[in-house]
Amino acid sequence: MGSDFIIDVSDLTKIYRDFPAVNHLNFKVKRGEIFGFLGPNGAGKTTTIKMLTGLIKPTKGTATIQGKDIRTQIVKIKKTIGVVTEDSNLYNELSVFDNLQFVGQLYGVPKSNLKKRIDELLKRFDLESKREAKFAKLSKGMKTKVIIAAALIHSPQVVFLDEPTTGLDVLSARILRALIKELKALGVTIFLTTHYIEEAEQLCDRVAIIVNGTLKTVDTPQNLIARTDSKNLEEAFIEITGLKEEIMLVEKEGKR
Amino acid sequence: MFKEEVKGLLYIALKDLKMYYFKPPNVSWGIMFPIVITLAFILRNPSDAKDLASGLIAMSILFAATSAEAIVIVFERRTRTFERLLLAPLSLQAILFGKVIGGVIFGFIMSSVFLVGSVIFLGVPFSNTIFLLASLALSVFVFSAFGTLISVAVKEIFDATTLANFFRFPMIFICGVFIPVSALPSFLHPIAYVLPLTYSVDLIRFFITGSYDIVQPTVCVIVLIFYSIVLFYLSVWVLKRRIEQ
Repeated sequence: MGSDFIIDVSDLTKIYRDFPAVNHLNFKVKRGEIFGFLGPNGAGKTTTIKMLTGLIKPTKGTATIQGKDIRTQIVKIKKTIGVVTEDSNLYNELSVFDNLQFVGQLYGVPKSNLKKRIDELLKRFDLESKREAKFAKLSKGMKTKVIIAAALIHSPQVVFLDEPTTGLDVLSARILRALIKELKALGVTIFLTTHYIEEAEQLCDRVAIIVNGTLKTVDTPQNLIARTDSKNLEEAFIEITGLKEEIMLVEKEGKR
Repeated sequence: MFKEEVKGLLYIALKDLKMYYFKPPNVSWGIMFPIVITLAFILRNPSDAKDLASGLIAMSILFAATSAEAIVIVFERRTRTFERLLLAPLSLQAILFGKVIGGVIFGFIMSSVFLVGSVIFLGVPFSNTIFLLASLALSVFVFSAFGTLISVAVKEIFDATTLANFFRFPMIFICGVFIPVSALPSFLHPIAYVLPLTYSVDLIRFFITGSYDIVQPTVCVIVLIFYSIVLFYLSVWVLKRRIEQ
């Protein structure tokens, strides 16, 4: 119960037919940290999140979240986690309020608290004026805010954010990053995947780098930069993932 | 846990009713289509009107329960909103049961409208209201589960509609809706016995007219319960496989 680690991934593997999308992953996430999960496209980041959040089952291995096993106690786990997926998964036809209310109902938020909780979130995300607006009518930035509000409706202890800033304008992305920091200050553990390495460097306490379904390393951004003798996390990422040669090749082609 | 699952599935059903069911396309499939087809038969032979009531009600159940149900999950999987349900702390069975219940409530309301309409306009007598309503509910569950199975089995809305019609249209001609199964050519009997609508029509007919065509009411109930269970768990099994793909 009092463990420092809130997520413990052990030999986690997902094989689609003969293709290992995620290959024997082992890592731990500390309680209250922002944990970055980085990798090139198709590295297995989303597949890992899908396994940890119960959307798909592992082929082999397992993970525990707050000591509960994803293979056998996933319904209990789902009560304590919030998930923001890559795609918007709220209902276009429903208003912001109705979407949040429906998600709250699914998570069993007591009726007596639900309205108060929705009002709280709308205020915090500066969405009060959009309360009755249809989700479809919102801008991309507003939608992201509503999706995150929905993920927080049941006050989860762990929040999975899968590429949350993709497609957001600069201002919305900044607001979102500030919000992630705010969540951390509240003691929420954040599991974050992002394509923006600079963002991970700014936000994350530790990062894991995954390539072709295999975990390459887990460390703090500072240690990774120092270990690879790089200027920043992006350079370290390129070094660790082995993308350096590919980038040099592309640059060479560009010069011709 | 059980209480939370029941609450969750009811919220899913209510959300579906609000978002999908009471919409013009469903109303047209659920009401207009059975009325038009039945009118065509009544105009051809007006003395058949009372005999057609059980078929008309069963047909309204078939179309009302399947028209939206067959496309709801396909639509939500395409818009990724189904993922929202999968992320909720509910079992897959509870989620699908919520989907089925949405269709059941809509189908039950639609078929009740037809029942009342048959009494008022066709002068249809019926004796045992509770058993008749129970048989409507059982039939609606079967066809809602059938719609759910179609919805989890296909990837495109167009495929769902095509597949639903592939079963629905032959059923209305083979299962005793307009012509009693006993009056059909004998080579069609084995097909009629396999299709659940046959049992719905005969059960409803029994509670309206006091007699049945080919299957005893007790057998109809057993077969419809069997279809409910099989179609529902088949939907769960297919969806599990789809999610893992």
